[in-house]
Amino acid sequence: MSHRIKKSGILIDRTKPKNFTFNGKKFRGFQGDTLASALLANGQVLMGRSFKYHRPRGVVASGAEEPNALMNMGQGARFEPNQRATTTELFDGLVARSQNHWPSLEFDIGAINNRLPKFFPAGFYYKTFMYPRWAWKHLFEPIIRKSAGLGTAPQQPDADRYEYFYAYVDVLIIGGGSAGLTAAIEAGKTGAKVLLVEQTPHLGGRAPVDGFGIDAQLNTLKNMKNVIIRTRTMGAGVYDHGYALAYERITDHAPNSDQPRHRLWRIRAKRIVTATGAIERTLNFSGNDIPGVMLASAVRDYVSLWGVSPGKSTVIVTNNDDAYRTAITLFNSGQTVAAILDARPMGGGALANQARDLGIRILNGKAIKKVTGHKTVASVVICDQSDETSDTETIICDCVAMSGGWSPVVHLWSHCGGKLNWDAKNAMFSPDPNRPPTGHDGQGFVISAGAAAGALGHDAGIQNAVSAGRQAAVEAGFSASKTIASIAASTPESPMLAVWSMPQNASYALRLKTWLDFQNDVKVSDVQLAAREGYESVEHTKRYTTLGMATDQGKLSNINGLAVLADSLNAEIPAVGTTTFRPPYTPISIGSIAGEARGALFKPTRKSPIDAWQDANHAVWEPVADWRRPYAYRQSGETTQQAVTREINATRNSLGLLDASTLGKILVKGPDAGNFLDLVYTNMMSTLKQGRCRYGLMCNENGFLFDDGVVVRTGEQEFLCHTTSGGSDRVHAWMEEWLQTEWWDLQVFTANITEQFAQIAVVGPNARKVLEKLGGLDVSNETLPFMGYTEGRLAGIWARPYRISFSGELSFEIAMPANQGQEMWDKLLEAGAEFNITPYGTEALHVMRAEKGFIMIGDETDGTVIPQDLNLGWAVSKKKTDFLGKRAQQRSHMVDPNRKQLVGLYTLNPDYVLPDCAHAVENGKIIGHVSSSYFSPTLNCSIAMALITGGAGRMGKVLDFVIDGKTVQAKVVDPVFYDKEGARQNV
Amino acid sequence: MSEFKRKSTDGEIEISQPDFTGMVTLRADLANSETIINIERIIGLKLPEKRKLIGDLSHGMAWMSPDELLVFCADPAAMAAQLNAGLSGAFLVADVSHARAVFLLQGDGVREVLAKGAPVDLSPEVFLPDDFRRTRMGQVAVAFWMSGQSPDSFGLICFASVQEFMFDWLVTASKKGSLPHYL
Amino acid sequence: MLLLTCPYCGVTAEETEFHGGGEAHIKRFAGGSDDAEFTGYLFEKKNPRGVVFERWRHVYGCGKWFHAARCSATLEIFGTYSAQTVKPSEAVISVIQARRPDWQVKP
Repeated sequence: MSHRIKKSGILIDRTKPKNFTFNGKKFRGFQGDTLASALLANGQVLMGRSFKYHRPRGVVASGAEEPNALMNMGQGARFEPNQRATTTELFDGLVARSQNHWPSLEFDIGAINNRLPKFFPAGFYYKTFMYPRWAWKHLFEPIIRKSAGLGTAPQQPDADRYEYFYAYVDVLIIGGGSAGLTAAIEAGKTGAKVLLVEQTPHLGGRAPVDGFGIDAQLNTLKNMKNVIIRTRTMGAGVYDHGYALAYERITDHAPNSDQPRHRLWRIRAKRIVTATGAIERTLNFSGNDIPGVMLASAVRDYVSLWGVSPGKSTVIVTNNDDAYRTAITLFNSGQTVAAILDARPMGGGALANQARDLGIRILNGKAIKKVTGHKTVASVVICDQSDETSDTETIICDCVAMSGGWSPVVHLWSHCGGKLNWDAKNAMFSPDPNRPPTGHDGQGFVISAGAAAGALGHDAGIQNAVSAGRQAAVEAGFSASKTIASIAASTPESPMLAVWSMPQNASYALRLKTWLDFQNDVKVSDVQLAAREGYESVEHTKRYTTLGMATDQGKLSNINGLAVLADSLNAEIPAVGTTTFRPPYTPISIGSIAGEARGALFKPTRKSPIDAWQDANHAVWEPVADWRRPYAYRQSGETTQQAVTREINATRNSLGLLDASTLGKILVKGPDAGNFLDLVYTNMMSTLKQGRCRYGLMCNENGFLFDDGVVVRTGEQEFLCHTTSGGSDRVHAWMEEWLQTEWWDLQVFTANITEQFAQIAVVGPNARKVLEKLGGLDVSNETLPFMGYTEGRLAGIWARPYRISFSGELSFEIAMPANQGQEMWDKLLEAGAEFNITPYGTEALHVMRAEKGFIMIGDETDGTVIPQDLNLGWAVSKKKTDFLGKRAQQRSHMVDPNRKQLVGLYTLNPDYVLPDCAHAVENGKIIGHVSSSYFSPTLNCSIAMALITGGAGRMGKVLDFVIDGKTVQAKVVDPVFYDKEGARQNV
Repeated sequence: MSEFKRKSTDGEIEISQPDFTGMVTLRADLANSETIINIERIIGLKLPEKRKLIGDLSHGMAWMSPDELLVFCADPAAMAAQLNAGLSGAFLVADVSHARAVFLLQGDGVREVLAKGAPVDLSPEVFLPDDFRRTRMGQVAVAFWMSGQSPDSFGLICFASVQEFMFDWLVTASKKGSLPHYL
Repeated sequence: MLLLTCPYCGVTAEETEFHGGGEAHIKRFAGGSDDAEFTGYLFEKKNPRGVVFERWRHVYGCGKWFHAARCSATLEIFGTYSAQTVKPSEAVISVIQARRPDWQVKP
């Protein structure tokens, strides 16, 4: 059983106990423990159940690569599933629960799957759930959904806060092991600005475990002001042009702190050094997933760093020298090493001799045939690596430390296209320095260092990192010394032996229980089956078997999986290739990706100058592009629909008030302003007289209508162009685009002055009376006729009323400086009280414009509609030789008389309002759709606008609309429902 | 009228929004020597260099683009009138005092607060006094500048319709204990 | 994420400050053009693998449109230059020729 050792434990502070619970049970660890080390210290080897077969699982690794020990962490608003116990720092009050079992970790009904492994081979789901068709929805999916997934989803909104931080450096170093520290020193010496990020809370990586001190390096770095080190910060991804993301976990170990929980560093570096180390591989033998079977390096880490021994008696199985270090470490800590099984016939080198000298039993050429035990290792059965049927021996033990060799962590090198070489000697992929990811200047911008570069072993890694650090700084524009002292490896090692199957020709029965991908429960037999079924591409095999597709992205399993596939296909490993490495290196929180953008800061809401009053006066908000606008103002006891009706009736009968501040306003000025507007509007604008307004349409080069609004000529060379509320930025950008990129010879300047003005529409038969009451401006029909404007002081405030109408009523749209909008609004309310002045919202606006047959961009237009379709041909100049969209509107399809055209509709049942987008159906074919539909209080019936094929020729015809399987009939009429002559607005 | 529309003093930096700042947009060909002479004469300041601010909020000019300046002044209507009268050829003058919101940011952590939202190198050796940078702060288009007088004092402008959002964002980004202490 | 230098304000900034505007140096056909010319202008874009000329706007900056010469395969930027031109600048052509000796200027 795993237990705490009396001595050792570089990272823990035994004077600072920490209390935590696991599955409700109380445990105690120390400051510096990870959750995994603390659980092992308490004898808790079983940490979870596997994904597919619900097999008992324990911790395999000691770091980010851990596939098994995933936890439901925290509670309530601080709950998060799938957290790796190996990278979770222990703190007082930590609450963790194991995952993937029911009803309990110790007794799991789902483990029945484990008895039927033949029923769950690769592709099982694809093959099984095809027929009968109905069963997917009603039978299979509900069951699979219930059993799928690892942890459980959080039930409450996240209580924490997250943020971004942008940083700019000459050299970014990812990884704070001895190679990263060395590279930082070398780059730092040149004066380059260096940022080093390390995912764990401590520096040095595995160096201290193997007795290599880092104090000297840390002292050197302490004095370098240009080198900054951030621990608990993982290099998550490397992207184009020197961009990198780093994920800082600020409060995961101190959850009640007031700081942001995670900070996502968005780093732009001239050069990036990936000093990400290497990860040990598992060995493929039967029962290699039983709790107590661990990586040899992890066993050594637990002993050295946290003073925990994963077992009382450990068998070590290896194909390389490094695992002997684990044996020696265990022995020196007073633990029992039952045997070392070295798959190499000739065994190991100097380290093996050291172990032998300590009296440890070493068996060369031997393999684990199988591990026995259920919830923990009971024994190993050994045989010759070359022959499964050779004489066997059973060794009683409770821990197996395995080493299948090492794989450089090439993820960050590869994220942005760095290529790999196959290193046959070490049976691993390592970065090809001649094919790095390239940056904006075409030069490589990532340099790998240390074990991540394939320089395994401490001394080789240091030597490699010196040159990597210097290279990075030099390429970032600094100068460094060129001489590098050669360091001879202190402990020469014997070559490793590639072992992809243990024993070499393991039988099917053994392979059925030999795990490649622990987290996704993929076995050697699954990959072999995929190969037999014709999957030759590694990317296809990965998807078919789910190898490497779990949250660990196959950090332990990928190379073994490739090797098994290559072997099955009779191909070389480099010919099979690797799967694509994608960021992030380990999962990062969704919160960190969102950053500040959550809750009220999720997205900027644009607010009008009169917004506060509206909010206080029961506005029912509606988003209009990025603005919020009142849909209606609901008085107490009213429904929203009743409010809309009241607002319309008040406006049509007496006086309404609309906040139209959100309308876009673009100033266009210059000697060529008129000519320019002739090009961007379909109408002729250059002929507009000063002081007058004209409704204009804008089309794109495809001829399609995209914005409309009233253009006002405010001077000989100056126009003010109104746009839709959502269109101001788009139209301004559109004008600038044409001025800058096509017609740069035109002398025109534009400015988007939308927000300089508040704009209030005073609408209704009593509109003029209320303005006269405010006083200061002559607003008579003679001085200020329809489609004219005037300016001056109205009630003492500078104002410019335009005689324009979007409701069909007598209407003044008054512009004034935005900061005085509220003051004017208040004065209008006061003066208009005797006329029952009624603020109205966007829905009343919509109904009234529809009653008048006015189109709305986004309702009657959808990016395929030309002005002619909307009976707006009158606003399309025939005189002009060019305007944007003109040529397209001459294309054959655009002049087809059978295009969809705008019509009005009266439903035969006047109370029934057609839904928006309802389809008109004729002879089983769709011939058009409803673009707007409302109940009109003015006409006391339902009205609609629709785009119907050949609509102009269908006046008076009855069309069928199919709504939820039932047919609703409506008659085609003129889309101007109310006051066609315009008598009401022209008074 | 109060001196400030909004103010926050309990975070890592002090954030305040002056009640009014006169601002006039001037668009003209800033490479034209006659135009330069006229602008400098009317404003009484040298034309700012590319991406620089000259003067201050009561009397200054910021470089917005090769053909756009933002003029800071006490009386924007008068300023606009003077510019309209004094310039010739193609140009555009518009009072934008109400269209934009100004924030004053003060404190040791200003650079780090800005670096949480703007993809700009704000390190002291790179972002210098009187530098004026148009960029984005999170999702909001902004311009910010470093005061020539004090290294801990920055100004920021954004569109008026998002001023509440901008203020809330700045308050959140400058909450106590949230500085990375990197710059 | 690309780094681009705006030739108008001189800022070198990340892609999020910019807005891409598609293929550059397209001749506009309008009134009087035949269907083939107009269709070519409106719909037929080259999109080659390798050297491309593009339009970009410094939207979260000085607001100016400019041109960029870029490699669509490696994302290398050869240079950025004025929007007020109907063809790539000599300077950017020589950079491309130096880095892509096989590349030919096509009409």
